[in-house]
Amino acid sequence: MAIANYLYLSAILFTIGAIGVVVRRNSIVVFMCIELMLNAANLAFVTFARINSNLEGQVVAFFTMVVAACEVVVGLAIIVTIYRSRRSASVDDASLLKR
Amino acid sequence: MQTSENLLWLIALPLFSSAILLLAGKRANSWGHIMGTIVSASTFTIGVVEFFAMQGRAEESRAVTQKLFTWISVGSFNVDASLLLDQLSICFVLLITGVGTLIHVYSIAYMSHDLDRRRFFAYLNLFIAAMLLLVLGDSYLNLYVGWEGVGLASYLLIGFWNQKPAYATAAKKAFVANRVGDVGLSLAIMIAFATFGDVSFSGMKENIDQASSTQLTAIGLMLLLAACGKSAQFPLQSWLGDAMAGPTPVSALIHAATMVTAGVYLITRSNFVFDEAPVAQLMVLIIGGVTLLFGAIIGTAKDDIKKALAASTMSQIGYMILATGLGPIGYAFAIMHLLTHGFFKASMFLGAGSVMHGMKDEVNMRKYGGIGKFMPITALTFGLGYLAIIGVPPFAGFYSKDKIIETAFNEGGIKGLALGLATLLGAMITAFYMTRVVILTFFGNERWGHKDEPHESPALMLIPIGLLSVGSVASGYLLSRGESLVHWLEPVVNPLKEHHKELLPPIVVSLMTLAVVVIGISIAVLKYRGDQLDKAPEKVSILTKAARRDLFQDDFNEATLMRPGQSLVKNLLNIDYLLIDGLVRAVGGVSISTGNKLRTLQNGYVRSYALMMVIGALALIATIWAVTA
Repeated sequence: MAIANYLYLSAILFTIGAIGVVVRRNSIVVFMCIELMLNAANLAFVTFARINSNLEGQVVAFFTMVVAACEVVVGLAIIVTIYRSRRSASVDDASLLKR
Repeated sequence: MQTSENLLWLIALPLFSSAILLLAGKRANSWGHIMGTIVSASTFTIGVVEFFAMQGRAEESRAVTQKLFTWISVGSFNVDASLLLDQLSICFVLLITGVGTLIHVYSIAYMSHDLDRRRFFAYLNLFIAAMLLLVLGDSYLNLYVGWEGVGLASYLLIGFWNQKPAYATAAKKAFVANRVGDVGLSLAIMIAFATFGDVSFSGMKENIDQASSTQLTAIGLMLLLAACGKSAQFPLQSWLGDAMAGPTPVSALIHAATMVTAGVYLITRSNFVFDEAPVAQLMVLIIGGVTLLFGAIIGTAKDDIKKALAASTMSQIGYMILATGLGPIGYAFAIMHLLTHGFFKASMFLGAGSVMHGMKDEVNMRKYGGIGKFMPITALTFGLGYLAIIGVPPFAGFYSKDKIIETAFNEGGIKGLALGLATLLGAMITAFYMTRVVILTFFGNERWGHKDEPHESPALMLIPIGLLSVGSVASGYLLSRGESLVHWLEPVVNPLKEHHKELLPPIVVSLMTLAVVVIGISIAVLKYRGDQLDKAPEKVSILTKAARRDLFQDDFNEATLMRPGQSLVKNLLNIDYLLIDGLVRAVGGVSISTGNKLRTLQNGYVRSYALMMVIGALALIATIWAVTA
């Protein structure tokens, strides 16, 4: 199997994630899409590590995972707090900055 | 030079008193006028004490100084706030405080019905303090402080009844006209500093050789401009007539003791400059000559008794300025005329105030007539002042004015002839218009048109007038006896430095003067004897019309200065509004509209922000791709 296919898969996953962020209203789903984009990036990193036969891509993938974990913690906490106060998980409802 | 500790009190006393009267407010209403008068009288006492102390000293050590504090000390420029009392300033100190005190006493009665009498006395004291500072300062910068103080005090007093818009305008006019002169003085100080690095009288006098004749001429001309402003000389004389808006004691104070004498003082004090600057000196002569005729001509047509007297002041100050232009000997005669004029003009102004007091503040002489028999004392004192001003021997004006005419003729050549004839003509016109004032006011038919007879003024007003008229009888003889004033002033102005040859013997000049005075009186008597109408005649010659309009001085000022100034201001305002404000407003408008458009991007929806980020990222990638490919 050609190694480029991994890159195509990564691109497709990233696009799905990006579209999901833009079109979905539920913040949990948006959040999942962000995770999808991060993992697509990770896939690209490890693929490039394989292509170039070094470990740098692998190392960056670990960093991405750490960042993703932190992001999940903070992001979910925010979503839960907003839901508690506004009884809604829709990202469109959280538009207070406009006013 | 000796020092004295008393000089500060001369200025500090009236200044403190003025501050107290102004700050104490209504509480001082009951005793304010008494305090003001006592303070003024005590400055006069100090002046007299200093005068006798000065007489007791030898001639070369008569001047005394007092250093108050170091005022400015910047590099090589050092100015001390110091006072100087010499033979010249003591003349002014005695005149200012003496006549000033009499005017204070008079004002107690004259202003007794005015609710603001306390404020009036506060301003009077301020005036005295400022004028004393002016004549006591030992440098041009110290003099300048007093000079401005006099301007302020005159503004406050001329506009004392500022509830009437016309009076407030008159005060403003006086202030503005004075500002023009003040610019001259400040320029003179600057040139003097640039030339000598020093602005004190003594320092400049010592280093007078350092200056080029151009610099001295410039200083002289600027000083002359300053003198024109304060002393109401042509072409800055237009404020003087309007200044009659102030209460009558103020007019007496401005015209006799203070203010208008400041210009004469300035030129006399600056004698060392003018002696070395013939061009400036010639200008002094021309200004003096023009003004003395200008004022006299205006005086012939005024029906307002105070304005007629004001025009006569202008004319008499013209005599003094002319005398100061005649070189060393002229200064002494200018000061002599100034002192005698101080007496007779103050007495006549206070007399006019007394007439107004008895005539319900009527100032139009056409509505007077025959007042002499109702107010005998006022008429008598006014008559003495009248005889003094027209120069009938042995009254004061005869001695002082005759000397000026004589010195003018002795100048020699065409210049001497022109000046002599101008002064003679001035004397004739003076005799004419003063006779006219006296006839219209005190003689003839009664024209006041109401039943109430005029009444004589209270003693508090008559006593100061009486004392002043004693001065207007005796001062001329006392000052000129054995040339006492000339010798007294010798160390300051060096009047005997050069010996003038006498072209005409004094007796001839005196006879000529008397002849023209008699002519002037006869014309006036012929013209105004018998019954007069209570209205000014309408059908008059163009000359009379011109004189009634102050020889078009106001019209000239308005056409050449005021109107163009106003239109300039108006145009500048338009430029400011349309161009500068327009630019600023355009910048603001662009920012606001741009902001409004950009604001729609901030819709608060997270998803649209995310879309923008995606688009941005795509655009970035596309750009990099396009560049690298």
